[in-house]
Amino acid sequence: MSACAEGEPSRAPIPMERPEAEPLSASGSCQAGEAEAEAGSGPAAEEPGGRAAGTMMEDCLSKKIEITVSEAEKRTGRNAMNMQEIYTAYLIETRAVESQTEGQCSPPDSLWRRYSEFELLRNYLLVNYPHIVVPPLPEKRAEFVWHKLSADNMDPDFVERRRIGLENFLIRVASHPIICQDKIFYSFLTQEGGWKEMVNETGFQLKAESRLKALNATFRVKNPDKRFTELKHYSDELQSVISHLLRVRARVADRLYGVYKVHGNYGRVFSEWSAIEKEMGDGLQSAGHHMDVYAASIDDILEEEEHYADQLKEYLFYAEALRAVCRKHELIQYDLEMAAQDLASKKQQCEELATGTLRTFSLKGMTSKLFGQESPEQREGKIKVLEEQIHDGEEQLKSKNVEGREFVKSAWADIERFKEQKNHDLKEALINYAVMQISMCKKGIQVWTNAKECFSKM
Amino acid sequence: FSSQTSSHSRLLLCTWEQDFAPEDLSLPNGTPVDTSSPASSSSLLNRLQLDDDLDGETRDLFVTVDDPKKHICTMETYITYRVTTKTTRAEFDLPEYSIRRRYQDFDWLRNKLEESQPTHLIPPLPEKFVMKGVVDRFSEEFVETRRKALDKFLKRIADHPVLSFNEHFNVFLTAKDLNAYKKQGMALLSKMGESVKYVTGSYKLRSRPLEFAAVGDYLDTFVLKLGTIDRIAQRIIKEELEYLVELREYGPVYSTWGGLEVELAEPLEGVSACIGNCCTALEELSDDMTEDFLPVLREYILYSESMKNVLKKRDQVQAEYEAKLEAVALKKEERPKMPADVEKCQDRVECFNADLKADMERWQNNKRQDFRQLLMGMADKNIQYYEKCLTAWESIIPLLQDKPETK
Repeated sequence: MSACAEGEPSRAPIPMERPEAEPLSASGSCQAGEAEAEAGSGPAAEEPGGRAAGTMMEDCLSKKIEITVSEAEKRTGRNAMNMQEIYTAYLIETRAVESQTEGQCSPPDSLWRRYSEFELLRNYLLVNYPHIVVPPLPEKRAEFVWHKLSADNMDPDFVERRRIGLENFLIRVASHPIICQDKIFYSFLTQEGGWKEMVNETGFQLKAESRLKALNATFRVKNPDKRFTELKHYSDELQSVISHLLRVRARVADRLYGVYKVHGNYGRVFSEWSAIEKEMGDGLQSAGHHMDVYAASIDDILEEEEHYADQLKEYLFYAEALRAVCRKHELIQYDLEMAAQDLASKKQQCEELATGTLRTFSLKGMTSKLFGQESPEQREGKIKVLEEQIHDGEEQLKSKNVEGREFVKSAWADIERFKEQKNHDLKEALINYAVMQISMCKKGIQVWTNAKECFSKM
Repeated sequence: FSSQTSSHSRLLLCTWEQDFAPEDLSLPNGTPVDTSSPASSSSLLNRLQLDDDLDGETRDLFVTVDDPKKHICTMETYITYRVTTKTTRAEFDLPEYSIRRRYQDFDWLRNKLEESQPTHLIPPLPEKFVMKGVVDRFSEEFVETRRKALDKFLKRIADHPVLSFNEHFNVFLTAKDLNAYKKQGMALLSKMGESVKYVTGSYKLRSRPLEFAAVGDYLDTFVLKLGTIDRIAQRIIKEELEYLVELREYGPVYSTWGGLEVELAEPLEGVSACIGNCCTALEELSDDMTEDFLPVLREYILYSESMKNVLKKRDQVQAEYEAKLEAVALKKEERPKMPADVEKCQDRVECFNADLKADMERWQNNKRQDFRQLLMGMADKNIQYYEKCLTAWESIIPLLQDKPETK
């Protein structure tokens, strides 16, 4: 990525290595753990420090402790405005893995957390690990609901699905080779009191980039890494297509519900009809019973499908996490470009002062022309200041360069890890979905076969 | 036969019939009845034939309706159907006939049968009027549905021991030019032998005999239940079609997603195709229900209404008889002599009752068979739908589990 200084085509651009652009589809080679050590080809050799060789999967927290979110409980409390509120608290239990394999059944450590604390944790991780695709939380509000589902956050089904989603989130974080080592995360799991204060004390909110700044960078950056640009497009489209899918799926569920439930009416009318029949009566009556079974079966079927929807939702939200990483790259790159531009203009100013030529228009130059030149001493002074600034600028540019390259390397490594995970998880989800459909078809065949037998006895 | 037999022998025959419990129709096959004259509805031998008609082997009249064709004329466009008859009956000059008829011919036949066989239950025709603009009278589905109903209509008549010998039925099946016969028939309206109006004014019946009352009550409830089932079936079809609309949008989204992915492209495409197959299967299911299930249901509603009308006619006949009887009883009589017309009324009542009971019996049996077939068919269609979907989903499991070669 070369940040070309404006108006200085003759000057060689400050070299900044860009690793070979890989298409999004490249088979992410390595396991997440190894990515750290292998990521990037050429540049890695140039960097003095680079990132420490990554931790292997085996060191992930998830291998050491088992995490579950086992319960949900309604609580009352006071909110920030001292008004009473009802919220749900979730019980997080942690258990050392070894204690289980040894046959000991030691009681788990546990503490209660509410959703807003999970959000706090995640925001902290987002700010401190901008190169990581941070796992998303389950949705804040129920979306993509169809008519039987409640949009109420207090609804027990919603709470249950959220519980599962929160557990999933914790396991994902614990399974990530880098963020699983975070102390704040560990405290979240183990330290009941004072955790919120601890997080706030890290001052992470100050580090958070303003949205406006990020937006500005996105529009103005000139030479972002192509891969990140592609990734951004991909995540936008992924978000769009999964949203669409979830919306239509909800409508499909709604309609299917209707089809099944109307069949329940057959049960009643067959029963009424059988009352006036002689030979036909028994067959009708028992067939009607099967129609009732059929109508009732849809509830379980659709509940199972909600889990599939939740799996899709996770990746819908993951798309946002991907975008966040891209945004960070654009910010860093833009920062770099601005610094390079600034440096170049300072150098030019310096040169102009030294040679006395006025190449670019500047108000100062004009005024000095109109109102008299500066004295040689003044000019010398200015040149000295500029030279110092140039020196500082060059140092800064170098380190920003390094920062930029390191970010690209580590981010891309995590993105490769993420791609593997995504492909694996979504395939699993599709298989589960197909299995659900198969089960539904088999149930349907069973019920109608039973009904047919009853009809045959009419 | 009917007009010549003495009332005494007529009563004898009816007594015999009444001695049979309706279920107990295990009679030995009698010799074929002489049907050169309009069939006597109370002929005992016709009673014997009743059993034979349920046994396909002794059937001697086969009628089929098929091959619908569109005719475009200057004045109108209409559909004709080929009516094929195969028979060994003496009433028919030839063993085989094939003529073409249109709906209004069937309608004419039905009216004629109702007129000439007022004591019998005439099978229903599919609905005459269809709302133009709502239903396409010339669409394949509509024509096919109608054809099936017309076929059933003729088959039911052909299977009926009395109606199948009706002269109008014969002409319908055989005449090259039915319109000429129709015109002729109009001229004969005035003749006594033809249109015996049984509904002779409005007499009030005091009470229906128990068995007919029971049938009447049964029919009332039956029609209600059928109506409910019709509404449920329609609602299911509607819900299925709405489900189909959503599915049709759902499948392609997987395909779009597949376009974004590399490793997941094939699995997603597979799911998309699978959903497409389910859509096709669902469409077939709801089409089948619309074309096969609903029309038969509606036919039975019409059939039941017909039956109720026949019951009412019977009531009229009985009411007339009772009224006349009462009138006689009020007169001072030296010798209790039954005037001829009152006797005739009594005959009419008894014959009507006999005919109706027989027809009710056949109707109940046919109804049971028809509904058994109809409902089993409905179950079958649903099983087939699920089997098609099952095949589709099972076939993509290996595709989804497939590990792609490392690129």
